[in-house]
Amino acid sequence: MVFPKWTNKIPAIAAVSAFIILNALIFVFWYWFSPKHLNVGYMPEQPVHYSHKLHAGTMGIDCRYCHFNVERGSFAGVPPTEVCMNCHTTVKTSSPEIVKVREAFATGTPIKWVRIHKLPEFAYFNHSAHVNKGVSCVECHGRIDQMDVVREFAPLSMSWCLDCHRAPASHIRDRKLITNLAWHPDGDAVENGLKFMEKYHVNTRTDCNTCHR
Amino acid sequence: MIIHSDFDPTKRPVLVETEDFHEVTDVITLPAEAKPTFPWVLLLLGSLSLLSVMVGMIGYLFWEGTGVWGVNIPVGWGWAIVNFVWWIGIGHAGTLISAILFLFRQKWRTAINRFSEAMTIFAVMCAGVFPAIHVGRIWVIYFVFPIPNSMGVWPNFRSPLLWDVFAVSTYFTVSVLFWYMGLIPDLATFRDRATTKVRKFVLAVFALGWRGSARHWQNYERSYLILAAISTPLVLSVHSIVSFDFAVSKVPGWHTTIFPPYFVAGAVFSGFALVETLLLIARKVYGLEKVVRMHHLDNMNKFMLLTGSLVGYAYFMEIFIAYYSGNIYERYAFYNRALGEYWWSYWIMISCNVISPQFFWFKWCRQNIPFMFIITIFINIGMWFERFVIVITLHADFLPSSWGYYRPTWVDIWTYVGTFGLFGTFFLLFLKYLPQLAIAEVKGVMPVASPHHGEHHGAGGH
Repeated sequence: MVFPKWTNKIPAIAAVSAFIILNALIFVFWYWFSPKHLNVGYMPEQPVHYSHKLHAGTMGIDCRYCHFNVERGSFAGVPPTEVCMNCHTTVKTSSPEIVKVREAFATGTPIKWVRIHKLPEFAYFNHSAHVNKGVSCVECHGRIDQMDVVREFAPLSMSWCLDCHRAPASHIRDRKLITNLAWHPDGDAVENGLKFMEKYHVNTRTDCNTCHR
Repeated sequence: MIIHSDFDPTKRPVLVETEDFHEVTDVITLPAEAKPTFPWVLLLLGSLSLLSVMVGMIGYLFWEGTGVWGVNIPVGWGWAIVNFVWWIGIGHAGTLISAILFLFRQKWRTAINRFSEAMTIFAVMCAGVFPAIHVGRIWVIYFVFPIPNSMGVWPNFRSPLLWDVFAVSTYFTVSVLFWYMGLIPDLATFRDRATTKVRKFVLAVFALGWRGSARHWQNYERSYLILAAISTPLVLSVHSIVSFDFAVSKVPGWHTTIFPPYFVAGAVFSGFALVETLLLIARKVYGLEKVVRMHHLDNMNKFMLLTGSLVGYAYFMEIFIAYYSGNIYERYAFYNRALGEYWWSYWIMISCNVISPQFFWFKWCRQNIPFMFIITIFINIGMWFERFVIVITLHADFLPSSWGYYRPTWVDIWTYVGTFGLFGTFFLLFLKYLPQLAIAEVKGVMPVASPHHGEHHGAGGH
């Protein structure tokens, strides 16, 4: 005998472990390497401690006051320092955070905000196409009005996009309510959504060239 | 297959020219136990250098992208798919010999089955290279498998290209299992004859503790039968699915129902040709004349005659249907094949595949070794050109303004030449280190293995 008796078990053990390892490997990549796991909650430190909770939540400034391009362009737009200065020429001018903004305005150097929501360059996303069809900011960005520091709310993965493109009804509301992040439909969200889908001629597509042109 | 030795040696052809079991064992095991011979080492070095050429070409392709190949619009499929279909087709003879001939109790297969199964596996490996490297973005090659991912991207289950992935990977897996199953008793023979510790250990690992007990043989016979039954439909299905890559599209000249049977016949045809080419060389080099007899070669030539005629019929029928359908685009596709810019490839195909096997109607041609060697080479060339002719139909596509002439680049050519290095390396290693013939099976068909051997016919009552 070349081998001891226990080695008889090796083929069975090897077969079972190969099966388990292969599945575990796929699971590891599918779960821990997914944007849902890697990207959600991304909360970088910003050059100026600006609070959305204070501005959009407590004071109730409409999203579109600063992100004024959202209904017209593909980018919602990071507001230029001038937008801040509309108020901060007179409001809290001596706060150390505002001093940074005022300096930026005085010297003409833009503030280097850190981008949080990044899509790959081969994916075309248009903000105006979404908000004008009744998709609220909250659907993708979450309760920004409750965030002191903004973090990524949604995975922004392709399957996450497709989830909505395949069944959009529950994510669509009256255009007037798109910046009302706290709003919930009184009745069934799908029923409410279907009403506005018809009104706005929402016809979501899932062809490759919808997003990859 | 091994235990049923119920044939009458006076009526059946003698498959092995010896009465001595030990001689059979010796003939097959001695090459593996001896030191590598100089010509073998030389051939291996040659194969390895071709293999490194292939690896280099693939590296260059990955670095630069598929632009280094000659493919472009309108010929978006070039040598890569030609080579893929050619190699995968070659494998089919191995499966036919090992599975279908086994189920039909064709005992003459025992002399060539191990050989052709090995050829199948290495040919499928060579074939697999091309679909794997042809995707422009090699780092997302896992897209060809349905693996859950965060993009929600799945392969297109309605595409024959996906069926191809499954067909080829199933084919490879089953072929390897079948081959390995058959090797186990012979590996045990090798193990028992081993003199060095390392050799004994390695062979013992792969022999899986085979002792040759009646129980072992019973299990072996049963699982061999099951694997043969699983492999049999694969002979037909794999190349049918490969033909769907073309037939499911709407290209005139491709979109025909004759493709699956025609591809299967062509696959078996080319496979037998390559098995015979290799066998004729190995038979000479390793002195296997007593086991691989003229009878075997004659049978293989008959197979080539049959499948070659089927292929010829398919060529004729394609042209007839193109005429009979009244479809001007279909008609043009065939007119263009035979008389267009690529006329030469069409006529190479016809002369190699249709005319050359017809010589095998004559016994002299079927039994003359140099002659059949030349014919098998012609068939190998012809079957490569068959796939080339089919793929090149694209050069005159739907938009006459984009018609063009396809030429392979040096990268195309050397990648293909390099796959012979891959094939040769594995085949040479197989020839040297594994039993080239199924020792146990060959013994099973020897006249002395018959329980009735030595009885007087007609005299003794049963």
